[in-house]
Amino acid sequence: MSAATQAPPEPTAPALEVRKPPTRKRLVPYWLLLPGILWLLVFFAAPLVYQASTSLQTGSLEEGFKVTWHIATYWDALGEYWPQFVRSVAFAAIATLLCLVLGYPLAYLIAFKAGRWRNVVMILVIAPFFTSFLIRTLAWKTILADGGPVVGVLNSLHILDVTSAIGLTEGTRVLATPLAVVCGLTYNFLPFMILPLYTCLERIDPRLHEAAGDLYAKPATTFRRVTFPLSMPGVVAGTLLTFIPAAGDYINAELLGSTDQKMIGNVIQSQFLRVLDYPTAAALSFILMAAILAMVTIYIRKSGTEDLV
Amino acid sequence: MTELSKTDSSGGDVRLSGISKTYGSFTAVQPLDLTVPAGSFFALLGASGCGKTTTLRMIAGLEEPTTGTVELAGKDVTALPPYKRPVNTVFQNYALFPHLDIYENVAFGLRRRGIKSVKKQVGEMLDLVQLGEQARKKPQQLSGGQQQRVAVARALINHPQVLLLDEPLGALDLKLRRQMQLELKRIQTEVGITFVHVTHDQEEAMTMADTVAVMNGGRVEQLGAPADLYENPGTTFVANFLGTSNLIAAEIAEAGGEQLLLTAGDTKLRLPAARCSASSVRTGEKVLAGVRPEKITLAHADDAGSIPEGANRLPGRIKHASFIGVSTQYVIESRGAGELAAYEQNIERDGRLVPGAEVVLHWNPAHTFGFSADQDITAGADADEEAA
Repeated sequence: MSAATQAPPEPTAPALEVRKPPTRKRLVPYWLLLPGILWLLVFFAAPLVYQASTSLQTGSLEEGFKVTWHIATYWDALGEYWPQFVRSVAFAAIATLLCLVLGYPLAYLIAFKAGRWRNVVMILVIAPFFTSFLIRTLAWKTILADGGPVVGVLNSLHILDVTSAIGLTEGTRVLATPLAVVCGLTYNFLPFMILPLYTCLERIDPRLHEAAGDLYAKPATTFRRVTFPLSMPGVVAGTLLTFIPAAGDYINAELLGSTDQKMIGNVIQSQFLRVLDYPTAAALSFILMAAILAMVTIYIRKSGTEDLV
Repeated sequence: MTELSKTDSSGGDVRLSGISKTYGSFTAVQPLDLTVPAGSFFALLGASGCGKTTTLRMIAGLEEPTTGTVELAGKDVTALPPYKRPVNTVFQNYALFPHLDIYENVAFGLRRRGIKSVKKQVGEMLDLVQLGEQARKKPQQLSGGQQQRVAVARALINHPQVLLLDEPLGALDLKLRRQMQLELKRIQTEVGITFVHVTHDQEEAMTMADTVAVMNGGRVEQLGAPADLYENPGTTFVANFLGTSNLIAAEIAEAGGEQLLLTAGDTKLRLPAARCSASSVRTGEKVLAGVRPEKITLAHADDAGSIPEGANRLPGRIKHASFIGVSTQYVIESRGAGELAAYEQNIERDGRLVPGAEVVLHWNPAHTFGFSADQDITAGADADEEAA
């Protein structure tokens, strides 16, 4: 996270006369920071300010928009689209959880058991990135197609009865149901979970496992008391990297879902590009950002890894 | 897990029978029989790659032996995983749990065995290693020496039958290492648990251990009390690895009596027959005669007449002299026996003993040891550079 880049430590008042390094040398860190700061200013800060002003405008496309500090846009947007907000958070949370459940064993395997196959498995994890996000998601349309083999198997195993009972699917369909969207999200963001988990697990000294075993911890206890706690920074980083983009995603809901599975990303997209109601779209963007920021802050606090992330 | 009687601190013998370890075509440990008596401080000494750590890990259960069995207090534990063995290890670089504080690190083993009230025991153990104040710090906030003591406390609190120490002092600086050697020895005497200590530092092994096993190339070269190993090395490796030895190629000129008469070049040396480990001691047999540098006395060539009768003597010329405080170390180019080292206590320094001076080296023949000449005369000589 960008929050991890710390400012250079402030020089404390020296008790003795300390020779200061020449001015040019002291400025070097700032010169090195300059490209990044410029980038952020032009492509992050400026659009942010522009969006903020848009969200406070009223008017129409014909008459033009003016800043009128119409804060009610926010309340109206929230009042109208809260189901999509809730749905986005729910879908993203389920997908993140699935990513963790699927990704952790795989990351563990690569870090500790893969041996000389480590690089091969790593490449397999990253390989989907060589294809466009859009094409990969479209492929899931085929995979989950009505009457396709996947749906057939799920049906004959009566798994769809279960998922229908909890509202994830409807009847004998998977496509255009919440399950399809969650599957797409899980698939697309899985590498973002595996990579930070792997880097974190890989740094754990294998002697700590031996030490735990030596101190009477069974393998399962070793995992629970040593490996998992030490992998928490990876879990936190992975869940954030999965949850944040998944919550704002609209491609998966667009391609794999129906109108009943619209996420907040879809609403923002259509407000901006179809309805052309810029203030509402901008307000929705800000609400989403604030909501994610608040959830992430609580999450990091709760997981107690502030100093580790 | 109480049936394992892990809290039984009476200790027990460690018995290794025919134990070996091979990795593919590489043999790390040759079939080995070893018994460590209960309550002793036992050191496995050798250069890196000699199989000492592998042996230790097989006792801990971290490495599965290719052949042979491990017995603890008469019970075969070869098939038991580490968490079921009544042994604990102090790892090289300690392997402390970085996410737990010192208190929880030390309490780890107790908690895993389901002991609820650990407070008193942890407190006592932290006091034993003088870390009571640091209980709530994380390992990385402590110095190397303190971390080392935590590692010892974390293992000892479980009252293992055997405590295994894998190069526990390797990461410490020299002064701290000396201090911890005495500290570990004190703790061992206090708790009376069997310690098996792996080290490449011959001085460390000799300072701490009751019994030292010198390992080389996956086998035990010699086993014995430190003084015994030092005074009566059985092989050139032990002679060179444990301290420094002058080894002189010689030939038996006269055998049969209590002393063997040897010829090295044109000088005659005497060697007690009992201190020669060569299998056959016949006239004409080639042997290596050894003597420790500190046993040698230097006399200036002018004073050669004052050398006691019956001493082994070798003439030579001083090549280097280095003053190191308590003693001066000389390198002498001898006639007939190559370069020899001699350490002289700095009591009354003879001003004439400077490089270039003609001298006569002499020593009591009783300090000479010998072995058969079919060994590498330099074996182990450069292996202990770090330890020297």
